[in-house]
Amino acid sequence: MSGASLRQRFHDIALEGRAALIVYLTQGDPAPEASVDLLVSMAESGADVIELGVPFSDPSADGVVIQQAMQRALDAGGGLSSALATVRNFRDRGFTTPIVLFGYYNPIFVRGVERFAAEAVEAGVDALLTVDVPIDELTELYEPLSKVGIGVVPLVAPTSTPERIAKVASFDPAFVYYVSMTGVTGSAFKGASGGAERVRVIQEATGAPVAVGFGIKTGKDASEVASYADGVVVGSALVRRIAAAEGVEQACLSAGELGAELRAAMKR
Amino acid sequence: MSPATQNGRFGIFGGQYVAETLMPAVEELRCAWEKLDGDEEFHRDLNALLDEYVGRPSRLTLASRLSEALGAKIYLKREDLNHTGAHKINNCLGQALLAKRMGKKRLIAETGAGQHGVATATVAALLQMPCRIYMGAEDVQRQALNVFRMKLLGAEVEPVYAGSNTLKDAMNEALRDWVTNVEDTYYLIGSVAGPHPYPEMVREFQAVIGKETREQILEKEGRLPDALVACVGGGSNAAGMFAPFEADSDVRFFGVEASGDGIDTDRHAATLTKGRVGVLHGSKSYLLCSDEGQITEAHSISAGLDYPGVGPEHSYWKDSGRATYLHRCDAEALDGLEMLARHEGIICALETAHAVAGLAEVVDVIGAGAIVVLCLSGRGDKDMMTVASARGVEL
Repeated sequence: MSGASLRQRFHDIALEGRAALIVYLTQGDPAPEASVDLLVSMAESGADVIELGVPFSDPSADGVVIQQAMQRALDAGGGLSSALATVRNFRDRGFTTPIVLFGYYNPIFVRGVERFAAEAVEAGVDALLTVDVPIDELTELYEPLSKVGIGVVPLVAPTSTPERIAKVASFDPAFVYYVSMTGVTGSAFKGASGGAERVRVIQEATGAPVAVGFGIKTGKDASEVASYADGVVVGSALVRRIAAAEGVEQACLSAGELGAELRAAMKR
Repeated sequence: MSPATQNGRFGIFGGQYVAETLMPAVEELRCAWEKLDGDEEFHRDLNALLDEYVGRPSRLTLASRLSEALGAKIYLKREDLNHTGAHKINNCLGQALLAKRMGKKRLIAETGAGQHGVATATVAALLQMPCRIYMGAEDVQRQALNVFRMKLLGAEVEPVYAGSNTLKDAMNEALRDWVTNVEDTYYLIGSVAGPHPYPEMVREFQAVIGKETREQILEKEGRLPDALVACVGGGSNAAGMFAPFEADSDVRFFGVEASGDGIDTDRHAATLTKGRVGVLHGSKSYLLCSDEGQITEAHSISAGLDYPGVGPEHSYWKDSGRATYLHRCDAEALDGLEMLARHEGIICALETAHAVAGLAEVVDVIGAGAIVVLCLSGRGDKDMMTVASARGVEL
């Protein structure tokens, strides 16, 4: 897999006449060993793409649900090295579901972007999304990553200007993540601002599939967004279920249940 | 003005590492900031407030007894005499006036020791803008007096329970507020940190310190000083003091960081001395973090220096050799505070006390008889409980 095949995956899903279900999990929450099982349960429940959050000490774009998940993960030994191991183990178990590492820049920068790129390919990562690297600074990641075939996933926000959206195309993105509202992760869903129209503009300007995230919690929210977007991202709602579960087995069951419910709701 | 930065970079440092949602706001701010350059009305308004409200220019006081004790001619740039008791107000007035011009309705800020929070709450009251201050829960405990001052000025103080419950976490929370309320909210950053244009803009609003010093020392001594000394947490008082002298290569810069329990312990805030290059809160700079890239907690007796990052221009000055960075531990800072009190009758802030404690080493390096200006960045009233408790005194 790679950034290019992730893009192909979106294409295939579109041919099936539906939107992709993209789920977010924080690696290492509740423990690094549990993360592989959680990835498996999400893959088996119908997730098309998995965003694996890399725990960071200072998650300034995340709401309280993911902040707390990251803190639990860090306490349990999660982090970038551990996240790469999680992906490797998931691949070793034979799963091909595309994986996007999702996180903040500092752990990658400190590791060295080129070293990270080599290790990420080897582990089986398909693409990278860094919330604190806007397109203005993205070249320093895009160049080393594209050399090894790892894609980048740029963010577009309700506040992004047409000029900024147009620049996204130059990064040949695997897909574009449209943040459906101004705010942090896990806020209340008020309907994606601009909704369908906004997504169409981004699709046209970037030529890439557009996934919509931030605040989508239920099958109803997902089905609404799936009617116009190429992908629907659900994160905090899953993380909350994992936090509420007693033990890893129950967490897998509960997260898998929500995954299946979302997937069913998105059928066209 | 210090050499212009290229796309907000100081060499490899700086940049704009923020969420896409904030980028248009950061760009809007950059444009508004760049437009101020030729805006006479803005500068007239700001200068009038600095004069009438803050009480500028601040004095440059010869510290005779201290000079005698250390064997150099030491001057004190008296930012402690400003309204609100520290240099922070210079930057707050500049940014709040800019926020008004931009049509923003609401101010938010982070604070560590509470000095920047108090200064922000003060200008918010002056300009009649609603204001919310984020402050780490631990700092709320340590700086109860400043919390009370902020509330008295009409600000909301929001304690932050996350991470280490200190300044960096307050900054994270302020960023979360900004990203949520980006349309009408102005984020008033208190140091030369954050994404471009903040490091450059805060330095320029604080450069009034260095510009006045330059005029005052020329008047008193007929020449420029041999060295400038200032404490460095984020580094705004140091940057404001140093920048106007950047082209004067004979004027040496000394920044003094806080080494907490000791530079060889893991409880310190000496980012430039012991840190590595990374990305936090919008810019690339030195910071304290683990091999895995997780930010580590900083420690200092002074809440204002208790930050695991530093302004990107200081990182640039360190690597280029333009400035030298020393460090002083908690115990040395307490001694520095007492030394200044006993010799000159001035009780400085614990932040400033680190710079005072670094003076002897500066004189050692540049030689006896030199002229040295110390930026006396703030007064010590806010720290009396901390100092008393460190000295085993119950108040």
